[in-house]
Amino acid sequence: MRPADVHTKPHPLYPTDEQPSAAVPAPLIHVNNLSLHYGDRPAFQDVTLSIGPGGITALVGPSGCGKTSFLTALNRLTDLIPGCRVTGEIRIENLDVLAPQTDVIRLRRLVGMIFQKPNPFPLSIQNNLSFPLREHGLRDPVQIAHTTETVLQGVGLWDEVKDRLDSPALALSGGQQQRLCIARALALSPAVLLMDEPCSALDPLSSGLVEDLIVNLRGRYMVVIVTHNLAQARRIADAAAFFWVQDGTGRLIETGTARQLFEAPRDALTAAYISGMRG
Amino acid sequence: MAEASSPTHQAREWLASILVWGTAALVTATFCWLLGDIVWHGLSHLSWTFLTTSPESAGRRGGIGPILVSTLLILGVCLTVSLPIGVGTAILLAEFTSDHSLFGRMTRRSLDVLAGVPSIVFGLFGNAFFCKTLGLGFSILSGGLTLACMVLPILIRSTEEGFRAVPANYRLSAAALGLSRTTTLVHLLLPAAVPGLLVGLILGIGRAIAETAALIFTSGYVDRMPESLLDSGRALSIHIFDLSMNVSGGDANAYASTLVLVILLLAINGTAAWLAERGLHRRIVTV
Ligand SMILES: Nc1ncnc2c1ncn2[C@@H]1O[C@H](COP(=O)(O)OP(=O)(O)OP(=O)(O)O)[C@@H](O)[C@H]1O
Ligand SMILES: [Mg+2]
Repeated sequence: MRPADVHTKPHPLYPTDEQPSAAVPAPLIHVNNLSLHYGDRPAFQDVTLSIGPGGITALVGPSGCGKTSFLTALNRLTDLIPGCRVTGEIRIENLDVLAPQTDVIRLRRLVGMIFQKPNPFPLSIQNNLSFPLREHGLRDPVQIAHTTETVLQGVGLWDEVKDRLDSPALALSGGQQQRLCIARALALSPAVLLMDEPCSALDPLSSGLVEDLIVNLRGRYMVVIVTHNLAQARRIADAAAFFWVQDGTGRLIETGTARQLFEAPRDALTAAYISGMRG
Repeated sequence: MAEASSPTHQAREWLASILVWGTAALVTATFCWLLGDIVWHGLSHLSWTFLTTSPESAGRRGGIGPILVSTLLILGVCLTVSLPIGVGTAILLAEFTSDHSLFGRMTRRSLDVLAGVPSIVFGLFGNAFFCKTLGLGFSILSGGLTLACMVLPILIRSTEEGFRAVPANYRLSAAALGLSRTTTLVHLLLPAAVPGLLVGLILGIGRAIAETAALIFTSGYVDRMPESLLDSGRALSIHIFDLSMNVSGGDANAYASTLVLVILLLAINGTAAWLAERGLHRRIVTV
């Protein structure tokens, strides 16, 4: 069931209800004083947080508070947006993400991303997986076939598509497309998986499937997920961070274990947001 | 709702329908009449001999063999030069230049102006630059290069539109998978931009193959079989022009040559569409 060469790190890092203790391995993602501007407009400012390996971290907050922007800063997709400026510090494993000399190709292999709208390439199902693999230097057809099967099984798509790997990926249903996109990211065996509202464009059934899949990834990948669905965040997340818009810019208000943040929020804003969503 | 069913509104709907359908019918009828006329008068003179023999007595008798060869050579030169430059420039404009940069705006504006310049101006430019300055003389090469200049603006702009029509999320998802810009361009964007390229190509070829003014000054109108690209050669459109305007009794052959021109145009368009379709299906699989 498991993708071919996945990192096998010892995981559950957040003991069930407490903040990580000293025994827990050092956090994998370190964000220090991070700000992001589109032109002169700040999307978020002064975000400082650490995310440990293996668990699922949920980012929640109202629309426009900079959650997507935050994710795209982590794998430097922001480089593609003209006028986008990121300042501060991000460390992922030993990589200084924002340093100009950082190899972004290596960074993006380390940090995979899933988008809100499923976005398979207009290629066959098989080629959606083998094209990126080939580009990253995997030429052996046997190995490609092996990885294809493992990752498709990993996302529960193998039985549905094994007889039509050469048919267009765009002919799949939305939920299947999203799982294919997850498989495509997993095929490159990243350490971190960024997910930007991966379920919000899907019907409840597909959404449930993808959610189960994310839970299955726990421990093998470090998942950072943005979601508007607080119930979902409570169900699946180990840790959570709450963003809010203050004075026209996104701010990180509170972080903690998921249980602490959802059941005993320390900040009044968090409490209001969560109870508002609840009621 | 009350408005929608009122008599004046209905009358207006009717009028609009009649106008739209009438215009469409008029355009179609004109085209059919033109085509019918050409086929009617030209078909009887069309034969294998006509296509392969040399013209005699200024084209009144004989065929169009050398002229066909010259035409295809001129077109070949034109495409060989304009395709790579056109696609390259389109990539530069669409993928590597921001919409608001001075360079991008200036280039786009210039191309749009160039696309509207009358062909005779290109002819005079080609004559001055390729024939005289570069010393290529009246030749197929000069003619082809001049046509390339004429076709480039259309080709570049529509290929650029093709690139812009590719959804932004292909670029994002490719980048997120650690694919390089070149890979993304070659394997994802280029195939997706082919329809735009094709439109430009068809418009360009259509303009090039029907061109007379630009070619009179550059490739000349010697109707002998060309021996090299540096020979002068008469294009089909010039031949037709000459037969119908300067040669009395040349009407029959003018019609037959026109028919050949039309068939050539349709054949080239068809092939381009077929090639693109096949190319697309080999690499890209859409629904
Ligand atoms: N490419 C862009 N160019 C300019 N401004 C942008 C761009 N992307 C986002 N923004 C702005 O940055 C701010 C944060 O946007 P972002 O998409 O990160 O919010 P979000 O928290 O993901 O919202 P949502 O929950 O609606 O997805 C918003 O005010 C938005 O208008
Ligand atoms: Mg968002």
